[in-house]
Amino acid sequence: MSIPAFATLLERLLFSPGRNAKLALLRQWFETQPDPDRGLGLAAIAGELSFRTAKPGLFRELIATRTDPALFAMSYDYVGDLAETIALLWPDDARANAPPPGLAEVVETLEMAAGAEVPAIIARWLDGLDAGARLALIKLVTGGLRVGASARLAKTALAEWSGQPVNEIEELWHGVPPPYIALFDWLEGRGTRPDPAGVPIFRPLMLAHPLEEADLISLAPGDWAAEWKWDGIRVQLTAVPGGRRLWSRGAEDISASFPEIIQAMDFHAVADGELLVVRDGVVAPFSDLQQRLNRKSPSAKMLADYPVAVRLYDLLFEGGEDLRPLPFDARRARLEAWHARAQPARMDLSALIDFEDFAGLEALRAGARAASMEGLMLKRRDSAYEPGRMRGKWWKWKRGTQNVDAVLMYAQRGHGKRSSFYSDYTFGLWREAEGGEMELVPVGKAYSGFTDQDLLFLDKWVREHTTNRFGPVREVEPGLVLEVEFDAAQRSPRHKSGVAMRFPRIARIRRDKPAVEADRLETLLAMIPGG
Amino acid sequence: MPPHPQTWLRVTPAGLWCEPGDFYIDPSRPVERAIITHGHSDHARPGHSAVLATAETLAVMRVRMGEGRAGITQQALGFGERLDLNGVIVTLRPAGHVLGSAQVVMEWQGARAVVSGDYKRRYDPTCPGFEPVPCDVFVTEATFALPVFTHPPASGEVQKLLDSVALFPGRTHVIGAYSLGKAQRMIAMLRAAGWEAPIYLHGALAPLCALYEEFGVSLGPLLPATVANKSALVGAIVLGPPSAVADKWARRLAEPVLCMASGWMRLRQRAKQGGVELPMVISDHADWPELLATAEDVQAPEIWITHGREDALIHALAGQGILGRALHLVGREEEGE
Repeated sequence: MSIPAFATLLERLLFSPGRNAKLALLRQWFETQPDPDRGLGLAAIAGELSFRTAKPGLFRELIATRTDPALFAMSYDYVGDLAETIALLWPDDARANAPPPGLAEVVETLEMAAGAEVPAIIARWLDGLDAGARLALIKLVTGGLRVGASARLAKTALAEWSGQPVNEIEELWHGVPPPYIALFDWLEGRGTRPDPAGVPIFRPLMLAHPLEEADLISLAPGDWAAEWKWDGIRVQLTAVPGGRRLWSRGAEDISASFPEIIQAMDFHAVADGELLVVRDGVVAPFSDLQQRLNRKSPSAKMLADYPVAVRLYDLLFEGGEDLRPLPFDARRARLEAWHARAQPARMDLSALIDFEDFAGLEALRAGARAASMEGLMLKRRDSAYEPGRMRGKWWKWKRGTQNVDAVLMYAQRGHGKRSSFYSDYTFGLWREAEGGEMELVPVGKAYSGFTDQDLLFLDKWVREHTTNRFGPVREVEPGLVLEVEFDAAQRSPRHKSGVAMRFPRIARIRRDKPAVEADRLETLLAMIPGG
Repeated sequence: MPPHPQTWLRVTPAGLWCEPGDFYIDPSRPVERAIITHGHSDHARPGHSAVLATAETLAVMRVRMGEGRAGITQQALGFGERLDLNGVIVTLRPAGHVLGSAQVVMEWQGARAVVSGDYKRRYDPTCPGFEPVPCDVFVTEATFALPVFTHPPASGEVQKLLDSVALFPGRTHVIGAYSLGKAQRMIAMLRAAGWEAPIYLHGALAPLCALYEEFGVSLGPLLPATVANKSALVGAIVLGPPSAVADKWARRLAEPVLCMASGWMRLRQRAKQGGVELPMVISDHADWPELLATAEDVQAPEIWITHGREDALIHALAGQGILGRALHLVGREEEGE
């Protein structure tokens, strides 16, 4: 029964907007499904399964021999998604009395089968399934379930279900292959904790809390080390005799996207740092790094145009020695000594900033407007490296935010608890159109920052000032000014306005301000660092 | 040689008109004499002078429109009773769509045409099933006339709902369902599946549920959702019209799970767009295999299509040696949207 059961899980995950609902569905899956199916389902959701032999083209060929081409064309045109069209169109086979395949059967068979046998095997499976299960099978074997559940969410559900800390699961994750039998044995108390010795595994990261002004008063400057907070992505570099890996903050293996870093990891250690695009020693804006993200095999041109490096700030393991229980100062000394000795290519150290008092540090922070810096990090000198967001150990002190007064242009209904509210807002700024008229050009979208009270007001305002509807979206008259707060402005050729904001949110509703007095696009363009 | 129906059954701006009988079927504007297949608002409109329909449909019209607007004179015709209108023999046969829904069978000088209104072939505990009538011209809908639309067994969809209620006991399941037909069918299916607790209703659904009860369709305990407090609705099943359950009205419910019962839920994008958390593919319209099977059952050499995706149906009918023709009737709506 497991492909149909898996199909039901995928369907519910896809349509459940709430995180708690998704967690409940996953917990139920772990609770009710047998091994190895539950582990294979988990692997599929976490994106850890892939098959070489089944590509979308195969399904296209299979369906072509089973349907009228005109009806297929009309159906595909109407449905819009190839996998879904095929799943829905596949003829229900009255002869198929065979039980539907199990997840394990599918995975094992596809791993063993010769390429030429695969189409007939898949066709036989599809014959025995209903439309929902057919779609699940197609998505499973072609990859990319896209049901809105991440690997991290699945691990959180495992933790909730078993009562073990999520960090423990995170740490074992890459040391136990699918279908994770040893992991489930341990989680259910039947086996000992699996030992991932020798293989490269991800160590859960120590995270920082945002620093509020109020927190600052209670801090003694001498207890704290300060560093710049670089605007790249957090990475963990793991090089052990059993292999090398580059992990993202979310424990995703991103080694393939950054071969030059993997090549440079000629050491035996685990380090923590920031991945950045660096040209001639100068850190490029985050938008440059974005060009390199999510590319499985970057071209030679990409490697040359967007060269990456890692700015190291912590050392978790040196050789086989676990440094995490050591205080920050001791780890820092080990990091510096190790770096001087190993001299890894493409890696430098995140410098410590000298400061007397927080007033002086704040002045430094305010003065740093380079796009590559998000602000400062404060790390308690006596703190061990502990996974998760421990209060009072690491602080992130972001530089001041920026804001513009924009005009509400469109609103869309939210999801889950907000599904009856217009809670996603697209806003614009004024610019001069041809002929000298002023026009609004959309510059961003925000769905947070406002209070529940604000939401009630905004929802009502949208309903009362709608001028046009496009499906779930309402266009409103340009009559409401929103103060939009954001971390940084960056150039974006993908936006009509040429500019994109990082983390925009609605700071305030400016009912007092007439729409014509909202900001112009030039104001926002001038906020892009480096022009 | 009997006269071909196209010589005596015509498409006019007001809808299908039977010339010798001088009556319209489901006209889109007020007329002197109308035969109404069923009570949905795109088929039964107010303001006709004389209305002929099943007793159930006439009652539905009175409930929805008010006494005065549901026809100045109303005449009930039972299933299978023959009525002579200027020489055209009219009979009504069950269409299986909603309570009272009927096919209109017309015989004129040896030729027979059947206007099916909307119909389905699946079992529905709230109305008698569709009866195929052999004819020369069959007039069909084509709401779900694409091969991607195959409605799964409704009982499985109801089970999905009950599984979800068990999985999320702290939340309220609210189902968007048409106030005529779908709502009562949902309730009846829930009862058949063993759900005995009171079912809570949006105010718009109550009058028609009461009417179904009057006609002997038992729906079990029903309570108004509007006066119940939020905590009483935890773990409960609530029904409302599709437009209300996804909007402001649903804010009174505890962490609602938005469920939608419609044939359109077969398409993920349709469900996603509407913010539906639990789509249930339950339709009161014929799906693709039912449309093709019905074409065969009625043995008509010619099939006229009132509204829907006629291209695909005409293409498929041609493969069965049947001539399909699109009528492009105006004013028909999609189900449940």
